[in-house]
Amino acid sequence: MVIDDLNAIAEKEQAARKKTIIRCCMAAGCMSSQSEVLKQSLEQAVKDAGLSDEVEVRGVGCMKLCCRGPLVSVDTQNTLYQEVAPEDAPELVNTLKGGKTKLKRGDLDHPFFKRQLAIVLANSGEIDPERIEGYIAADGYQALHQVLREMTPKEVVETIVKSGLRGRGGAGFPTGLKWGTVAKTQSSQKYVICNADEGDPGAFMDRSVLESDPHSVLEGMAIAAYAVGANQGFIYVRAEYPLAIKRLQTAIKQAKTLGLLGSGIFESPFNFNIDIRIGAGAFVCGEETALMMSVEGKRGTPRPRPPFPAESGLWGCPTLINNVETFANVPPIVRKGAEWFASIGTEKSKGTKVFALAGKIENTGLIEVPMGTPMRQIIEEMGGGAPDGGKVKAVQTGGPSGGCIPASALDTPVDYDSLTKLGSIMGSGGMIVMDDSTKMVDVARYFMEFCVDESCGKCIPCRAGTVQMLHLLEKILDRKATARDLAKLEELCGMVKSTSLCGLGQTAPNPTLSTLRYFRQEYEVLLQPDKFGPHDNGEAKKASFVI
Amino acid sequence: MSLTVPIENRKSVVEQHASGDKRFKILEAHMKKYQYRQDALIEVLHKAQELFGYLEDDLLLFVAYRLKLPASRVYGVATFYHFFTLKPQGKHTCVVCLGTACYVKGSARVLAAIEEKAGIKAGETTPDNELSLLTARCIGACGIAPAVVYDGTVTPRQTPETALEKMKGWISHGN
Repeated sequence: MVIDDLNAIAEKEQAARKKTIIRCCMAAGCMSSQSEVLKQSLEQAVKDAGLSDEVEVRGVGCMKLCCRGPLVSVDTQNTLYQEVAPEDAPELVNTLKGGKTKLKRGDLDHPFFKRQLAIVLANSGEIDPERIEGYIAADGYQALHQVLREMTPKEVVETIVKSGLRGRGGAGFPTGLKWGTVAKTQSSQKYVICNADEGDPGAFMDRSVLESDPHSVLEGMAIAAYAVGANQGFIYVRAEYPLAIKRLQTAIKQAKTLGLLGSGIFESPFNFNIDIRIGAGAFVCGEETALMMSVEGKRGTPRPRPPFPAESGLWGCPTLINNVETFANVPPIVRKGAEWFASIGTEKSKGTKVFALAGKIENTGLIEVPMGTPMRQIIEEMGGGAPDGGKVKAVQTGGPSGGCIPASALDTPVDYDSLTKLGSIMGSGGMIVMDDSTKMVDVARYFMEFCVDESCGKCIPCRAGTVQMLHLLEKILDRKATARDLAKLEELCGMVKSTSLCGLGQTAPNPTLSTLRYFRQEYEVLLQPDKFGPHDNGEAKKASFVI
Repeated sequence: MSLTVPIENRKSVVEQHASGDKRFKILEAHMKKYQYRQDALIEVLHKAQELFGYLEDDLLLFVAYRLKLPASRVYGVATFYHFFTLKPQGKHTCVVCLGTACYVKGSARVLAAIEEKAGIKAGETTPDNELSLLTARCIGACGIAPAVVYDGTVTPRQTPETALEKMKGWISHGN
């Protein structure tokens, strides 16, 4: 494979383009509403209408407005049809001949679409994720060629540093710095791992990226491998995402066939292979050291850092671990330049972020917005606020490691630092909207129960502490707790937070702490009078655990 | 065979299995694909569960023997991950997603309705082996919450009524 071959594939693909393209969403959300049957019906309807030469029916990745699936778009009409049933196919195809339809049409000028800025999701809903030709026609693998033939590994790392890209998995560690650290280590064997163990309940961005545009992740990984000097990559993906696994397998096979993965890529001395590792339902495996244990086929228990994976990771070798979305950002950065990327977003958080909007909100689905977009804009304008006249009460970000942001703080811009200040985290990008029917103490209990279940059991603060905190929360919910119990709960939160081994335990108290911070009265109304007299808060503070 | 079989007898029992049931041959081929590498343990267990439905003790011993791993290590991995089950599953499975988005949209009510109707708790199988009721932490179908997976098919926007309707025939006892 040389660049001419790549361009030839792209040209051939463009030449074969038919006048009209009917795009049918084939991501997991719409597939659960029979979009696969719908696509077949559309193909049949096109054939019956004698339009086969002019119209292409294309299965594409996520079209973002998941709550109204199955979604179908017709590019010449600039329309998004919603909730299309297989039997509606002939009627829909008939509109191409000027026919009328009563099908529900979405407004593509709605802020939900208009306010989006697609970098990671640029190909999502556009190309067929199961055909590499589609990705190549959309400038795919051009960045890899540019890197391999025109840049030194050092220049690649510098580009990423300059772009200001930060890890999209949650913590927001500067990606360039991480790449630089791995690149500097002296080792004949290095690894690149893509963390696709998207365990946060309520987050489905990575799933959508893998299902809609798997090649962008593969290309990003290959560029990273060249930059740090690795020749073997792993994608660790959850077993709960069978469709994403299938599309990744297809994508890897296609890339290997075309020589875009394997040995001597683009006739350079660079070799790179990617294997898929399927998780087995352990939330803690999203933590990087636990993930590496799991890749090695062991129990996914974390270990203390340092040494960081960048120095000693998989089988003791230097290892670069990045999230799916981080890798998907890499090819556009290389193609369009670091300056372009750095011009988007805020001072400390560059680029865009994909969020999964879910919960009690009118428009659930996937959005990609520039960093620093006010949360109110996301929830109220794009998301359309709470449904059925409800009122947004809080927004939960960051899953079990994050917190609840009260409606009063909705004007906060969404970036790493602002959310941390509010006691939550950006997390991987799940945004769950809660309305006034949601009980915040119950939410705290829900997340604590999650952490009890998912604690790996290696360190005591997390293993025993989460159980005790859950007991206390249940006691409060059963209206059996006193102010003393609440003080004990807060004390335990602080202790578990500061003494746990890994991120799971260190962040397990966050949902409780943040609901206590903003919705304390909901806890207090459940408390019972203390029969041993009023509780002295000052004394409790003195006795509390101090590090 | 169980873990109580004396060590000296294990080898022969394991080999006897390998020559008998066809599924062991498929599993063997799968291990060969991974060159019997020990780090492929989780992949091998996935395949074993897919073939046999659950991971019996002798199946775990077979894997341990073939990958040259201590049985304790294989058992440790099989019990650590939620995805692996050491108990036989019912003919039908129903997985109720309890992810945050599904939870705030009422998946707990759906689960409670099924639990009451089937007379089992989440994680259990009905005595007639018809239905296994499971829960998931998040299946990433948050856009269509609450979601329930019936025999591998993700079904959107469930209510207690639609769920019970769907499971007619799976729950045979009572009414």
